Formats: sequence, C-alpha cells, structure tokens
Amino acid sequence: MKIESYFLLGVAAFFGLIGIIYWVTSYEQAGTMMLIGSCFLGLLPGAYYLFWHRRMGNRLEDRPDATIEEGAGRVDAFPSSSIWPFVLGLGAFATVLAFAFGVWFIFPAAALIISALVGATLESRRGGTV
Amino acid sequence: MTDLIDTTLTGGDIGHPGVFEEVEAAHEHPEHGPTGILKWLTSTDHKVIGMSYMITAVVLFYIAGVLALVMRLQLASPTSSLLSLSAYNQLFTMHGSIMMYLFAGPFAFGGLANFIVPLQVGAPDMAFPRLNALSYWLFLTGSITMIMDFFVRGGAAAFGWVAYAPLSEATNSPGLGGDIWIMALVLTGFSAIFTGVNLVATIFYLRAPGMTMFRMPIFTWNMLVTAILILIAFPVLTSALVMLFCDRHFGTHIFTVQGGGSPILYQHLFWFFGHPEVYILALPYFGVVTEILPVFSRKPVFGYKGMVFATMAIAALSTGVWAHHMFTTGVVLLPFFSLLSLLIAVPTGIKFFNWIGTMWRGQLTMKAPLLFCIGFLIAFLMGGITGVILASPPLDFFVHDTYFVVAHFHQVLFGTAVFAGFAGLYYWYPKFFGRMLRDHLGKWHFWLTFIGFWITFMPQYVLGLMGMPRRVATYPTNLGWQSWNIASTVGAFLIAAGFAVLLYNLWISWREPILAGDNPWDGHTLEWFTTSPPPHHNYLHLPPIRSERPTWDYNHPDAPTVGHGKQVRPRPGTPGAPALVGARSGEGSNGSDGRSTTR
Repeated sequence: MKIESYFLLGVAAFFGLIGIIYWVTSYEQAGTMMLIGSCFLGLLPGAYYLFWHRRMGNRLEDRPDATIEEGAGRVDAFPSSSIWPFVLGLGAFATVLAFAFGVWFIFPAAALIISALVGATLESRRGGTV
Repeated sequence: MTDLIDTTLTGGDIGHPGVFEEVEAAHEHPEHGPTGILKWLTSTDHKVIGMSYMITAVVLFYIAGVLALVMRLQLASPTSSLLSLSAYNQLFTMHGSIMMYLFAGPFAFGGLANFIVPLQVGAPDMAFPRLNALSYWLFLTGSITMIMDFFVRGGAAAFGWVAYAPLSEATNSPGLGGDIWIMALVLTGFSAIFTGVNLVATIFYLRAPGMTMFRMPIFTWNMLVTAILILIAFPVLTSALVMLFCDRHFGTHIFTVQGGGSPILYQHLFWFFGHPEVYILALPYFGVVTEILPVFSRKPVFGYKGMVFATMAIAALSTGVWAHHMFTTGVVLLPFFSLLSLLIAVPTGIKFFNWIGTMWRGQLTMKAPLLFCIGFLIAFLMGGITGVILASPPLDFFVHDTYFVVAHFHQVLFGTAVFAGFAGLYYWYPKFFGRMLRDHLGKWHFWLTFIGFWITFMPQYVLGLMGMPRRVATYPTNLGWQSWNIASTVGAFLIAAGFAVLLYNLWISWREPILAGDNPWDGHTLEWFTTSPPPHHNYLHLPPIRSERPTWDYNHPDAPTVGHGKQVRPRPGTPGAPALVGARSGEGSNGSDGRSTTR
C-alpha cells in the first residue's frame, strides 16, 4: 500500500502548499478553508495506509512478481442481490420530496429508511436474503 | 445471497491449457437470485448497475439534446416566438443541468467505470456492492426529481446550471422549480460521493495479484484520480446547495447581502466544485481514449508513466483554478488563478504528445472507436486552446458571458463526453453484450456528428467576439448575428441526425446480432480476457499479470513483455515481429491461440 499512501499524501502536500500560498497572497477565507479541508482529505487516509503498510509490508497486488496461484483462497464475501439499497434509495427520494412538497412525505420516508437499515443489517447477519 | 469468492488458479501455465477446464469446473459462480425486473431492482452486480447507469444517462442525454434543438430553433430567428423568455430560461437551465450532472459524469464514473474498473483490475465486483446499488438508486431518483421540475407549478428552475445567488434566492426565483432542482442535485451528489468511495476502495483493495499500481490500465488510473476529485468537489456542492435551500426557506442569509451574507461566497463554493467537475467529466474520457488508441494502433501506450503523472497534475491544478470563472467579479486574485489555469496546458500537452506518440507509426485500424478518438483529439484541442485564451484575465474580461464561452465549454465537454464517451461505447459494446455494433453505421454516426459539431460551435466563437451575450432568447436584427445563428442551428440538427443513426445502430444490432466473441479487437487489458458478456463475478481464471497489458501478453507469448514505457518491440514487417491476430487478420476473436476463456 506504499504507492497508494504516497498518492494520498501527495494530495495532502499539494493542497497544504497551495492553501498556504493562497492564504498569504489573497487572505480569502472560503477558498483557504476548502484547500485545507482537501489537504486533510488526503492526509488522514494517506497516513492510515502508510501506517498499515509499515506493519503489513507488501500485499500480493503490490508485488510485481506475485502470481495468481499465490492469491488462491477466499477474496471476500460479496452480496449477490439485495432489495435494501432500492428501499433505502426510495427512502432518500421521499425525504427530499418532503422538503419540496410537504412534511407529510417524511412518514413514508422514515418507514422506508428504517426498514432498509434493519433489513440490510439482518441480511448481513444472516448471510443474505432475497 | 452472499457469494464467497475464491481466487482462481491458472497463472502462467500457458503451456498447459488443459488446466483451465478443471479450474472452470471447480470455480463456477453461477448467478442465483431473482430474475426479470426483480433482478434489476435487487442486483448488486457491478455490471448490471453500470449498465443501468449508462442506459439512464444516455436516455437523459437524448432528452437534453432535444432541449438543445428547441433552443437552437428559437435562436435561428432574432425575434422568434417559439418560446417565451421564461420557457427559454428553463430550457437552458435544464439542458445544462441534465448534461452536466446527469449525463456526462454519471455515464463515465457511474456507467463505464462501474462496468470496466473491476474487470480491469481483476476483481469479482466493486468493494461495496450494496453501496454501489444505493448509488444508482440515488442517481435514478435524483434524475426523476430533476425531470419532475418540468411539471411543477411555476415551471422548472430558470437560473442556469450554476444557480448563482442572489438570482437563485427565493425572492428572485420563487416556486417549487428551484427547490426540486436543489433536491435533485443533493440526491445525485450523494450518489457521486458513494461511487467515488467505492472506486477508491475497489482499486486499492481488490486488485489481482501482480496488478501493481503502475500496471493498472490508464482508464483505471484516471478513474482513481477522478474519484479523488469527486470526494474533494461534490461535498462542497452539496453543502452549498443545502445553504442555498436554507436561504430560500429557513430565513438564513448566507448568500444575501441584506442579511449580512455574501453572494460571492456562493460563487467560491460553486466553482470550487465546478471547475474540478469539468475534469471529473474529462479525465474518465481521457482514460477511454488512452485505452482505445493503443489497441487500434497495435502498439503499447506511449509514455505510460507520463500519462499517469499528467493526469495527477491536471487534477491537482484543476482544484486551484476555481476563481478563473469569477475574474469579472473584481474580488479574486487574478495572477494566482490565471497562472494555475495556464499551467494546466502543460500536462494536457503531455497527454496530447503521448496520444500522438501512441499512434505514431502504428498500424491504425480505422474503426468507429478510433475515429471517435481522433474526433476527440481535434475537438478537445480547439476547446483547450480557447481555454488558454479565457485563462488570461484581459481576454476573459472581453468575452466573459458571451457566446465565446458557450462555444469553448461545448467544445471541451462535447469533445470529451460525446466523442470520447461514444468511442468508449463502440469499443466496449462487444464486452457489454457479446455483440458488435455495425461499424459502417458507426462511421455515419461519427461523420455526421463531427461535421455538425464544427458547424454548430465555430459560429458561436464568432458570435461571442461580435458581442452576443449568452442566455438570451432574442437579439437585435441589425447586428449581423442571424446568419451565424442559422449555421449553428443547422449544425445542431446534423448532430441530431448522427444520433438518430446511433439509435438505429443499437436497434439493428440488437435485432440482428453479429456475435463479437470475447476479444474482437485483440485488446490489451484484463477485461478482454474474460467472456463477453462477463460471467457472474467476472473471471473463471486470470492470466499472469506481468505488464500493463496482460491479455495481450497472454495472447502473444512470443512478443517481449517489458514494463511500462520501455516496451521494445520489433517494428512491423521486420524479423521477429508478432503476427497480427484478431480483428484485422480474422484469426478468431479470442486471440491467436484459442486459450482464452470459453463461455
């Protein structure tokens, strides 16, 4: 994960540098805050990846000489189908409609969102549904 | 259901193809679960989601295109009464909003990236499949919300796709149209953020063994950089829109002078999103072009690392130039933003040099994908050069808010999202469906679009220099603007004819399919190693990954495999040059040796 972390730390370094230059030349607050925020967006995950790279060393995908055989075994568990993202999307849709058309939309929105969160959680615990 | 995915076991054993059958039998991952519409509603497969994104985005592209044609008809006459002034305002707002927020971006990072990136890195799916599905549903409901805008009392939003305050405040733009527009973008904004997170996680964590960062295809690199840009830019837009909504309804005065707020703050927030957004729309399409040019030139990409670092430089600089859209406000630091804007020309020039270098002395195959890529190069070059003009404050002051700017950004965005985007459609369509699009119809599509493109937008530069302001529905009759406007309208209808040909091509290719095989172009990257369309969870086995083009290495075992940028291959026609295979030689669609995957 070394290159990944350097990539993100590069983002942080660029925005840190540009943020400082921008502030001392313009004294404009909004742009400076956004540049500093972008600096942290790179710094936090970049530092995290670097920390774990130092503990874990190179993964198979980091090694140019790694073979497919070395990676044999489980990659991960992937859900193949789930209705809950759709239900959650409908809940978000109803929520924004509440802001435009009337507060009563919040009731179906809450019902959809809560059922989606509960359903997705139980689905993960049970190992899948649908 | 939850699938536990095992990696497959082939590796470099290309001398013993029989091993594959055993592996395939042991590692089938048949798709289970619902079928029909329930499959569409519940699928977390990145290919189904990517295809849903692309179909939705292309439908929206056609809707926004029709809006553009109506506007061009209005402008063909100086005093046309086809549209009322308010209807015209609504049309250009919705045309820009749909094209920018719902077509150009989602087609690339929601559609193409969703479908292609996991395939290119050798992953079974995106890292967070259910989050991926949620992203699509937020995009679809956001798109429906945007279209609903036409049907609410008072009509659609009419403040332009940038929604500048105070024009977009409740006193100047009352009614539901503005509210619905804001909510549509909040939904699609979250959709984009979730997709960005998913892309970064997939690229960082799900690459196949041996797929190091500097062996990733350029398209995947560009999507990684685009995803970072999304994570930087979209939260700012969403925040600005929430603040705008609060101003409209909750009595805050964040962007209104009367209450102590600042309209300029809205412009800062919007353009901190808006200019990276241009590159969020452009970088994926740069990646598409960089995938297609090597395959249709039968050469490795020229200057792989230069391409990667140029992409990073463009993305980084794009986030430091937002206020060049605000030069005429008089309250931004002109030298800072002008310098950074001009600097973007350097990495973009490197990319052009490398694209030309990739084609240089290659064996060009003039199929529709390559034609669209060349169209992109020419169109984007023109848009880029006029961008350099606009980066200079004295020149920008002269043409600001004229048709010169309209022509510039249409050449940039049409060049990328349309020419390169549809190059990608022609290129990957065989992978999506296992069928070919008709190439001769693709060429008709290209030439009509290409000729129409120049006839539409070049007159708009002239109109801008003559002083015609943007966003006007009528204009004086005595300024000589009408003939240029008529030419622009004729060009727009030529483009429409081109896209009618595409519809026919899609229809005829679906009704009378020409089977494509798994690798009709003799492609370089991993997605061409699997079947067309790919199976559930993508790969039954993987080839060894020893360069940035593992499929080509596998199908051409006699050619030298050298890392990025150092590939030394015998020139065609000299001893030791590899035999041509695939589309040009007609030796079968799976490569030269028939050891590719079987369906």
